[in-house]
Amino acid sequence: MKYIDEFRNQEVAQKLAQAIQNETKQNRQYNLMEFCGGHTHAIFRYGIPDLMPDNINFVHGPGCPVCVLPMGRIDNAIKLAVEDEVILCTYGDMLRVPASNRTSLLKAKAFGADVRMVYSTQDALTIAKDNPNAQVVFFAIGFETTTPPTAVAIQQAQKEGIKNFSVFCNHIVTPAAIQSILESPEVRDLGMVSVDGFFGPSHVSSIIGTQPYEFFANEYQRPVVIAGFEPLDVMQSALMLIRQLNEGRFEVENEYTRVVTYEGNIKSKLLVEEVFELRQTFEWRGLGELPYSGLKIKDCFADFDAEKRFNISKINASDIKGCECPSILRGIKKPANCKLFGTVCTPENPMGSCMVSSEGACAAHWSYGRYEKK
Amino acid sequence: MSHGSGGLAMTQLIDELFVKHFDNELLSQSNDQAIFTTEPGRMAMSVDGHVVSPLFFPGGDIGSLSVHGTINDVAMSGAKPLYLTASFILEEGYPLLDLEKIVISMAKAANDAGVSIVTGDTKVVEKGNGDGVFITTTGIGIVPKGINISGNRAQVGDAIIVNGSMGDHGVVIMSSRANLEFETTLESDSAALHTLVADMVNIAPNIHCLRDPTRGGLATTLNELALQSDVGVKLYESEIPIKPGVLSSCELLGLDPLYVANEGKLICICPKENADQLLSTMKAHPLGKDAAIIGEVIEDNNNFVQMKTKFGGTRIVDWISGEQLPRIC
Amino acid sequence: MCLAHPAKVISIENENAIVELGEVKKQISLALVDDVKSGDYVLIHVGYALSKLDTKKAESTLEVMQQLKTKI
Repeated sequence: MKYIDEFRNQEVAQKLAQAIQNETKQNRQYNLMEFCGGHTHAIFRYGIPDLMPDNINFVHGPGCPVCVLPMGRIDNAIKLAVEDEVILCTYGDMLRVPASNRTSLLKAKAFGADVRMVYSTQDALTIAKDNPNAQVVFFAIGFETTTPPTAVAIQQAQKEGIKNFSVFCNHIVTPAAIQSILESPEVRDLGMVSVDGFFGPSHVSSIIGTQPYEFFANEYQRPVVIAGFEPLDVMQSALMLIRQLNEGRFEVENEYTRVVTYEGNIKSKLLVEEVFELRQTFEWRGLGELPYSGLKIKDCFADFDAEKRFNISKINASDIKGCECPSILRGIKKPANCKLFGTVCTPENPMGSCMVSSEGACAAHWSYGRYEKK
Repeated sequence: MSHGSGGLAMTQLIDELFVKHFDNELLSQSNDQAIFTTEPGRMAMSVDGHVVSPLFFPGGDIGSLSVHGTINDVAMSGAKPLYLTASFILEEGYPLLDLEKIVISMAKAANDAGVSIVTGDTKVVEKGNGDGVFITTTGIGIVPKGINISGNRAQVGDAIIVNGSMGDHGVVIMSSRANLEFETTLESDSAALHTLVADMVNIAPNIHCLRDPTRGGLATTLNELALQSDVGVKLYESEIPIKPGVLSSCELLGLDPLYVANEGKLICICPKENADQLLSTMKAHPLGKDAAIIGEVIEDNNNFVQMKTKFGGTRIVDWISGEQLPRIC
Repeated sequence: MCLAHPAKVISIENENAIVELGEVKKQISLALVDDVKSGDYVLIHVGYALSKLDTKKAESTLEVMQQLKTKI
């Protein structure tokens, strides 16, 4: 696969590993946070820690929109399918995520609710057109990468008069989460887990560009390297972060130049601005209420807002006692530090957001990292 | 619902479709049972329910799948499959033309395999209570003397061999499902493996384990075997045969090919000294052309399946909870 | 997060394109990008092209990595 396989080349990986070995200073730790679940996945799937010196520490952040969606919102989605009897269209990721009372969208489907997995918002629109007598709701999740496709669907529904289509919007924005990690008392004041540098998200950045990260680099004096999510990208980006830290720089650098530009995808950004606006606050599972971190549908598209159409009200569902997700998401603790990890909390039986999706820190560690390095 | 409750309509259905296509002496006696004699010895018996959706896909359909599936389950003990039974649950109103296609396909699969479908049953349920057609097949076979193949027999040092590419069937099923359609030239690998097994067992009677990695794919089946035998497994990613089409499809949907279902593949765990000979024997068979040694059995109290990646690092290939689903994240 | 892949545009019809990823072809929407021609590479995510791939930059990124001096 062109432009994919080349970035998985083992020989080049060895060169990068050697260069990292040469340039890493022995007298310090390098705590590098990857914000993005795709990076967590690449790090574990390709065994990248094996190729790194021991003083490089990968810290796994909350870059998983599935993981950070509060259970109450999934309860809302299930309610739409079961009680309001809509055709609920969702991406595959959400089907198995546990909601309250040990239920899930997949279980609701097994009990007769019309829950359908789709690959694209276009599929959801097609389902709406094919079923004019049913209400079709698209369960929208994801960061800035996944938001423009939802915007397209809403605009198209308005243009074509697809009146039985609406969207349950749970889109979230990245900078708010990064800010929350950097602002948390443990990190800022007490200096616990100094997150020394960030791997910037690959595809969120393809939309928002590299410009929004300049604030973080300057304000918090930490380097950011926008990294592609193939393993060579991750290693090259690690090298760039190490160099910045060695030289005392804190700049935004772009390793993923083949996809990411300074301004990003202007067409997508404008489209999103036409359809969505920021909520004052939105709950992130494990991180609490974060200001200006979530999107809602603007009034001019109110007809397509499932929250208005179905009068969706907040369902409060709290996480389990003993769950260390809030600390793990901020990079303060590791999965192995959580008492519930591997005992009560497993991928079969996830207790908190970090185990819920395969991109979560705990799930990734369980799947890939549990064996002992010899 | 006249078909399930005996009567003329039911008899007509059986006569016209099943007896006509399955066409063998035992079935055409039209009794509720088939009576036969076999040589003395150990017998192997297996049952499987088939609920695949969609019912028709490139490379097969629920009919051929059910025949191959049960023949394979019996063959994984080293046994020679003898007879099959087939039980159908049909949704009322399911198009007879499609049913006939499925029946013809079953008949061909059984015929090609040299195995007869000797008795069967049909029930019809109300519309809305089924996916069109559900098929349950039972198979029996004879286990040759001296063959002792079981999931708990893997030993440290054993070689692990597969007969061909992984993930073909599952990818084809995904691509045929609504809302996931993508264009591919791939076909299901659904096939009866008993003649391949016969060749293998002939050359290496001391094979320790055989299992077909169906639902859950190679990874799940190896985890099962590791647990059953209380050992660990070490795989080499670069040795595992996977078709480029499967790699691309899995890439697109965010799936790991190691967990994708196969229907014409087997995993063989054998003593190291038999591995090379077995490999050449398998390669000489049409269903083993792409056979490869993909790893070895190691000592491990955790019963992990580990894999040395193409990239150079090592990762665990763990159990998965439920069926792998396409993801966007 | 955000599984996205470079794919080659094979054909275009109105706002849709057929793209090829390895040996697989899929129809996707071009609603979020402009000036896409057959033969271009685009980044696809949830059935949409999110941006054009800059193939020159892809080559130069690879070159930088391949030319790393690895003296001990």
